[in-house]
Amino acid sequence: MSDFTSNFWSIYVAGITLAGIIACALLLWLTSRKKIESAADNTTGHVWDVDLREMNNPMPRWWMWLFVITIVFAFAYLAAYPGLGTFKGQLGWTQVGEYQAEVDKANAELQPLYARFDSMKTEDIAADQAAMAIGERLFMNNCAQCHGSDARGSKSFPNLSDKDWLHGGTPDDIRKTIHDGRVGVMPPMAAAVGSPDDVRNLAQYVLSLSGSPHDSLKASLGKAKFTACAACHGMDGKGMTAMGAPNLTDDIWLHGWGEAAIVAMINDGKTNQMPAQAGKLTDQQINVLTAYVWGMSNKPGAAK
Amino acid sequence: MKPADGKPRKVIPIAAAPAEKPKTESASLYEAQKKVYPRSISGVFANWRWIMVYVTQLIFYGLPWLQWGERQMVLFDLGARRFYIFGLVLYPQDFIYLTGLLIISALALFLFTAVAGRLWCGFSCPQTVYTEIFMWIEHKIEGDRSARIRLDNGPWTFEKTWKKSLKQLVWITVSFWTGFTFVGYFVPIRELGGELMSLHGSWQIFWVFFYGLATYGNAGYLREQVCKYMCPYARFQSAMFDNDTLVVTYDPERGEPRGPRTKAVDYKAKGLGDCIDCSLCVQVCPTGIDIRDGLQYDCIGCGLCVDACNTVMDKMQYPRGLIRFSTQNGVKNHWTQSQMLKRVLRPRVLFYSGILIALCIGMMASLVVRTPLKVDIVRDRAALSRIVAGGKLENIYRLQIMNATEGAQRYVISARGLDGLEVISEPEIDIGPAESRWVVVRLQIPYGSAAPGSHTVYFDVRAQDDKGQVAEKSVFLVPR
Repeated sequence: MSDFTSNFWSIYVAGITLAGIIACALLLWLTSRKKIESAADNTTGHVWDVDLREMNNPMPRWWMWLFVITIVFAFAYLAAYPGLGTFKGQLGWTQVGEYQAEVDKANAELQPLYARFDSMKTEDIAADQAAMAIGERLFMNNCAQCHGSDARGSKSFPNLSDKDWLHGGTPDDIRKTIHDGRVGVMPPMAAAVGSPDDVRNLAQYVLSLSGSPHDSLKASLGKAKFTACAACHGMDGKGMTAMGAPNLTDDIWLHGWGEAAIVAMINDGKTNQMPAQAGKLTDQQINVLTAYVWGMSNKPGAAK
Repeated sequence: MKPADGKPRKVIPIAAAPAEKPKTESASLYEAQKKVYPRSISGVFANWRWIMVYVTQLIFYGLPWLQWGERQMVLFDLGARRFYIFGLVLYPQDFIYLTGLLIISALALFLFTAVAGRLWCGFSCPQTVYTEIFMWIEHKIEGDRSARIRLDNGPWTFEKTWKKSLKQLVWITVSFWTGFTFVGYFVPIRELGGELMSLHGSWQIFWVFFYGLATYGNAGYLREQVCKYMCPYARFQSAMFDNDTLVVTYDPERGEPRGPRTKAVDYKAKGLGDCIDCSLCVQVCPTGIDIRDGLQYDCIGCGLCVDACNTVMDKMQYPRGLIRFSTQNGVKNHWTQSQMLKRVLRPRVLFYSGILIALCIGMMASLVVRTPLKVDIVRDRAALSRIVAGGKLENIYRLQIMNATEGAQRYVISARGLDGLEVISEPEIDIGPAESRWVVVRLQIPYGSAAPGSHTVYFDVRAQDDKGQVAEKSVFLVPR
């Protein structure tokens, strides 16, 4: 996309730039030819305020050549790099290109560091200290913004250090989650459930599933309504990782605990998104990151 | 011609135009560099200049080769951002010490300048020192002043070719070694040679050649041009001068009228002063000025003209000191040395000294009591605060713990400032020598034990062997 709305402004800017440089060169040329009268006592002969005389202290000639060099440099630079209006420069340099080149170079430099982990099993990478140091840095830079520095998440951002997995906790599941991202959708279910009282009763039943404090009368009334939820969360409420439907029996409340929070969820639904990292991170980085995330809930040694 | 009424007219006198205009010459706005060919001279100040060359260059070329235990004694490791100075390990967070050092250097410069003029310029400035070294090489190969002028003006003979080539070779070698040494302060100098050989590390190669080129150009060619046109210090130091500042002076009362004479003649009877107009003082001057024109900004105060003039005075059997280090008041009032010394303790000097001493003491004290441990705290940016199982309220922090000792350390983290405040995460952490690590720390309080809002809490990080303890402030947030 051009930065100029019309070609006139491109020519206008380029013209001013070139005129400025040429004017500098002209000024330099004229002053280098000019001779001034200088008295034998090295004054210019100018006298002000009775006895204030101007000494003749000319600039060193090599200094003038520095100016000449800057002018030559300016022309060479403007020929090579973008600078004159829309002229792209002979080298074809762009900021985006330089950024991409630096990223590619950095990835190429990092490649050997990661290569060692390519053929390793996730369990072994998680036990490797060097890999975990890399993983920690990757996590802090790319994941901690949402999941927290300690990976324990916060409201609506899942805790990654427990055994509760929305989309599955095997290394392959985690890799897929990081690589492609995930979308968890809870549709608004109020119409399917019934009256507001039905929704409240259902909320009490959901609370009862995890053994949380609840009103058992209302819960028993709400139990019948749970059929509306069972399609995703299962009849027993244990959820379904294939759909990203959370387990409702484990007393882990991603979007808030209590009747009000559950009622709001049933009425309004929720779409929760984990963005895909494939474009940002290389497959090798995702490989190490997978092991780091997996390792948080599967302590090396403890699992065996 | 009288007017009709006979009264004389008022006349405005007009001065006669001068018979001839002052002699002028046509000059360009730009001045071509006139090459200075300083004659070599020996004497007290020439010796001092050489002593300073030895002292500064022994330190500069030698220091990077000294070891402190397993590592280089002085190393500014920019890549790892650790700065090793003898036993000290400094982090970028210690930048204040560099500031302090620079302020002390500046004040020391002010003090020396107020007392003794351009001591720095004349004796220890790198520009002076390297120019001195390069001139010595030039002198050894091409000969003294007159031989060099002859060589430069002469045709390109075989002799001229080999002398110029040899000079260039030696200059370039010294320049390269200077650049090499300079970079050796920033990467381990013992590994630098190998890195250059294998063309590994492009920025090292760049700086070796860049610093080398700067040395070559400044000391070989630009020389006095640097002092005259580039150096800001040369210009602003006049603000530190007063009439009691020690400067190189020519005593015109004694010297004038100058003129040649033979030793046998009674020059005083002929009306001549002590200056025999031999122009030696001009010939030895590294900036090519005539000190007899008085105090001027091109004078770097090196005292070589003093040496030259004293040699001549000795030969003529006149008293020394026609050109000497003296003060402007001293020359004007014919003061003795002790009279001038009395003027050293003037308010300007006492003021500079006072601040300088205070700063030095402050900086030393600060370095002595410095804790070799630093802690920075960053609150977690994702979760302000969260309620966790067990009715607890949790805040998360990341602590950067920096070990500024050269041994591995175990640190213990604790927190205080709220009732029931606990560190839930691992409170002990091991950090390797001169390493820093980010540690995630979780703090909990019982839910409802503190009012909603922000509460000040303190983290105490203590080295287990009692090598320092640091308290850092942060906040604990309780949601509404």
